[in-house]
Amino acid sequence: MNAPASPAAPDALPRHFLGLEGVSAATINRILEEATRFRRLVEQPNKKADTLKGRTVINLFFESSTRTRTSFELAGKRLSADVININASASATQKGETWLDTVRTLEAMTPDALVIRHAESGTPHMAARALSSHCSVINAGDGTHEHPTQALLDILTIQHHKGPIEGLRVAIVGDAAHSRVARSQIHALHTMGAAEIRLVGPKTLIPARAEEALGVQVFHDADAGLEGADVIIMLRMQLERIRGAAVPSQREYFRLYGLDRRRVARAADDVLVMHPGPMNRGVEIASEVADGPYSVILPQVTNGLAIRMAVLKLLAGGESA
Amino acid sequence: MRTVIRGGRVIDPASGRDEVADIAIANGRIQAVGDVPGDFDPDRVIDAGGQVVCPGLVDMHVHLREPGQEWKEDIESGSRAAAAGGVTSVACMANTQPVNDRRSVTEQIKSAAQRAGLSRVHPIGAITRDLAGETLSEMHELASAGCVAFSDDGRPVPDAGIMRRALEYAATFDYLLILHEEEGALSAGGAMNEGAHATRMGLAGIPNASEDVMIARDVILAELTGGRIHIAHVATAGGVELIRQAQAKGLRVTGEAAPHHLFLTDSDVGEFNSHAKMAPPLRGPADREAVRAAVADGTLSVIATDHAPHEADAKNEAFACCANGVTGLETLLGLTLRLADEDVMDLPTALARVTSGPAAVLGLEAGRLGVGEMADICLFDPEAQWAVEPERMYSRSTNTPFAGWELRGRVTHTLVGGRVVYPFGGEE
Ligand SMILES: [Zn+2]
Repeated sequence: MNAPASPAAPDALPRHFLGLEGVSAATINRILEEATRFRRLVEQPNKKADTLKGRTVINLFFESSTRTRTSFELAGKRLSADVININASASATQKGETWLDTVRTLEAMTPDALVIRHAESGTPHMAARALSSHCSVINAGDGTHEHPTQALLDILTIQHHKGPIEGLRVAIVGDAAHSRVARSQIHALHTMGAAEIRLVGPKTLIPARAEEALGVQVFHDADAGLEGADVIIMLRMQLERIRGAAVPSQREYFRLYGLDRRRVARAADDVLVMHPGPMNRGVEIASEVADGPYSVILPQVTNGLAIRMAVLKLLAGGESA
Repeated sequence: MRTVIRGGRVIDPASGRDEVADIAIANGRIQAVGDVPGDFDPDRVIDAGGQVVCPGLVDMHVHLREPGQEWKEDIESGSRAAAAGGVTSVACMANTQPVNDRRSVTEQIKSAAQRAGLSRVHPIGAITRDLAGETLSEMHELASAGCVAFSDDGRPVPDAGIMRRALEYAATFDYLLILHEEEGALSAGGAMNEGAHATRMGLAGIPNASEDVMIARDVILAELTGGRIHIAHVATAGGVELIRQAQAKGLRVTGEAAPHHLFLTDSDVGEFNSHAKMAPPLRGPADREAVRAAVADGTLSVIATDHAPHEADAKNEAFACCANGVTGLETLLGLTLRLADEDVMDLPTALARVTSGPAAVLGLEAGRLGVGEMADICLFDPEAQWAVEPERMYSRSTNTPFAGWELRGRVTHTLVGGRVVYPFGGEE
């Protein structure tokens, strides 16, 4: 569904932004360039541009996420769009209006972009198929599938600190099986030419046939998986999976896969440590690392705003196909 | 009404007949195949030149949704779909509302089918009351009301002890149990086949082991009890192997394949296409090949559709939440013929899997064209090309993953007991 319906200008973006699988390096670079410009803007005292004046962006969140929603909301407002936030309950689907009805109803209010977050994989794709207007759908996280803007902010952060992605060795540590961010990151890292992408974790947290499905290398031994890594991306551990069937205890998980100073030392000397937040200190990451010199966890947040401004401008601003 | 079907290529897999012949029908039964006696004076002659004449198809795995969910399908609309598909006998699953675990429901189904008058409908009773997996249903009572087999289809009996008792009890009367094989804890939360595609799409997977573990359990219990079991919609290479081993041991184990498992794989889920969501899920290419080979060599002696109609809204949920199942009655013949076109098996073998094969498993008087048999007959034009168009189907629901497929072989006439039930509103 990423393909434009009609022939478009060669550098036009797809109409919808549903994921990073199959998205070209040219498109990703276009977003990153735009985001780099916005990154300068948001550091100035007057943070507003009138790029999306008169345009409407609806944030439709079926699953709550203060961080992502605030980031999209601020991004729209900085570009002078009219931004409306809707927190819809996905469980209302049992009776009466379905979530797709909600999408269609909002579409009838003629927004230029619908930013959708949903606990089930594939819902932005369904929403995009159901739309009849030229409204763009932007995926703000669908189930355990993709979270493309979150992944691009990481790519932007890596580029800022390390230059081109090309040739980098990236280790993604933790619960890749349930991580939408990891899937999007992996697609983008491949497209941008990363030399090696490793998934590190116990078998219970690595998705089935990950090597074949995602083109990664799988490591169950953290020390081996971190050896020589240029970038370490820590994934957030959902605490309910601990002492469930995936991991016996926090203690055992931290001992086997937690990122402490000793493990960071296995990686490259100028390694970059990233985490999408919110962090579970002492579960997946030690405070000495989270707050240490390699960590770029707070700059990630600023870059997130810039990426969302770029995506909104390129899609809701009428530059997409 | 005395009918002659003249000049068709008569294929009767049960007898091995495959030749151009005439068929004479009187009193609802076949009077002659080959040379029609000179004194046979027909009221009606159906010209079958260029057509194939075969036994009416028997689909032993159908959900008719009545009573309880008539907006999805009812016995009348389901019978129409059957007639249009050349299907003259259907066996319908017990997961109606209320469940077919009592005589009154069985009788209701039978009388509604009789009113529709388009197809022979054979109810399948529940193995356990309310499909709850706890208390056995009154199998003898249900059988005497007309149930031809027992199944908790869709809700596998989780407790091995109860399954053992069900098999023992059924074996007392030589009743058949039809088993949907899925280990609940291994499938929990899963939305499609576990593998690379599910991983890419971020969908929780259902491993082959979910199916294989239960087939192994039930084969072992069939051996323990001497029971007769039929494994529904086999979708894995491992499942096929377990059935093959059981048969080699002489156990009374049969199995069926569904057309969607013979033609599609998990990659057909594509971009979250809800018409590709079913239980068991579409598996990988190696599984599809194994299931095809098993249908070809007779390990699986039946192709059955698992016709599972759902209204559009039930499929318009997020992939993981939407209803399982696809319709099948109107594409069964076309897809079966395609197996012959793709050289998976020859045409008579393919037709056997949808006629004499299921009739034998259920012990029905159906699926054959011998003299004295009931005149349940399907005529089709083997060369006619047609496109699967959901909006032109007779089933009340059109959730098919085969929309847009070009199929060869179009039903021209369906006869049940010598009456033309398709085309609708025929000459009677
Ligand atoms: Zn079933």
